[in-house]
Amino acid sequence: MATSYADPLVWGVILVIGVLTYAIRLSFIGLFGYLDEIPPRLERPLRYVPAAVLAALVLPAFVTLNAGGLAVEKLVAGGLAAVVAWRTENVFATMAVGMGTLWVARFLLLPAL
Amino acid sequence: MDREDFARGVREVAPLLLGVAPFGLVAGIAAANAGLDLTQAVGMSVIVFAGASQLAALDLIGRDAPLSVVVLTAVVINLRMLMYSASIAPHFRTFATRLKAGLAYLLTDQAYALSIASYRGERSVDRAAYYIGVALTLWVVWQVTTAAGVVLGTGVPDAWGLEFAVPLVFLALLVPAMEDGPTTVAGLAGGTIAVAGAGLPLNLGLLVGASVGIVAGLVAERPMEVNATDGH
Repeated sequence: MATSYADPLVWGVILVIGVLTYAIRLSFIGLFGYLDEIPPRLERPLRYVPAAVLAALVLPAFVTLNAGGLAVEKLVAGGLAAVVAWRTENVFATMAVGMGTLWVARFLLLPAL
Repeated sequence: MDREDFARGVREVAPLLLGVAPFGLVAGIAAANAGLDLTQAVGMSVIVFAGASQLAALDLIGRDAPLSVVVLTAVVINLRMLMYSASIAPHFRTFATRLKAGLAYLLTDQAYALSIASYRGERSVDRAAYYIGVALTLWVVWQVTTAAGVVLGTGVPDAWGLEFAVPLVFLALLVPAMEDGPTTVAGLAGGTIAVAGAGLPLNLGLLVGASVGIVAGLVAERPMEVNATDGH
């Protein structure tokens, strides 16, 4: 899925994300003395950002609800990888099992059916 | 700068590189898949230097999502660093402004976690030296593995589905993020809504899912607090 955005636009979006991300990083480090603590009203929702964002990135990649039918191999690979992630919390092991399962399903099992 | 503390930072971050290196490779592969060239991919890793947001942005760029959605998604993902910045700021308060500006650029999940643990330890430490040892090592590994990933990503056939490594990396980060009841509710709600909203226009599924997840976590907080005290 190569983008059809022209190079200057790609650079532009990289730059804008970079500047905003830097502002987030610098915020309290730069302003310490003026602004010492995150207001509780902001801190509570922030606590849920990682889980909510990561899950919203992960699940649609494993489960697709379109007319083209379910991509079974992705569902199975994602499920097995989830068990490994839960047991080991290891990025490398999770990737190895997920990709390994995908390849076994795609190249060995599905063609044999 | 204390050389020993710098070296200690480098040593203590080494085991974490096992997780960071494949993540960087995947970021390079994702950049190649999205149609970025080597300069753009490494440029992104240098300018943004935040893996999860880079991967999400690359996915959206590859699908020609509106650039405002790309930016907003990346920023929401990086909002968590607001917490790190606030938490580590008191430890940096005596440093010169220029040093603070540099240290802020290098702030990442791993650099934050290791440094805070070290600052809270009993042993006194040159805080800047230790932090730079950790954070600069991560930075170098991130750039090198991104570049390697671009080369790999352009050479491997599509059928291998290398882009599937992206959600797998996120999955390994998601599990520890769902650390208690309300965060688990946030994850389940965010994921479910994102699946249901995958067909939404402007590729808004991720943002809508994440927003609903955050609200669900906040809503779940109260009854769970009550439950937690029930048995006492």
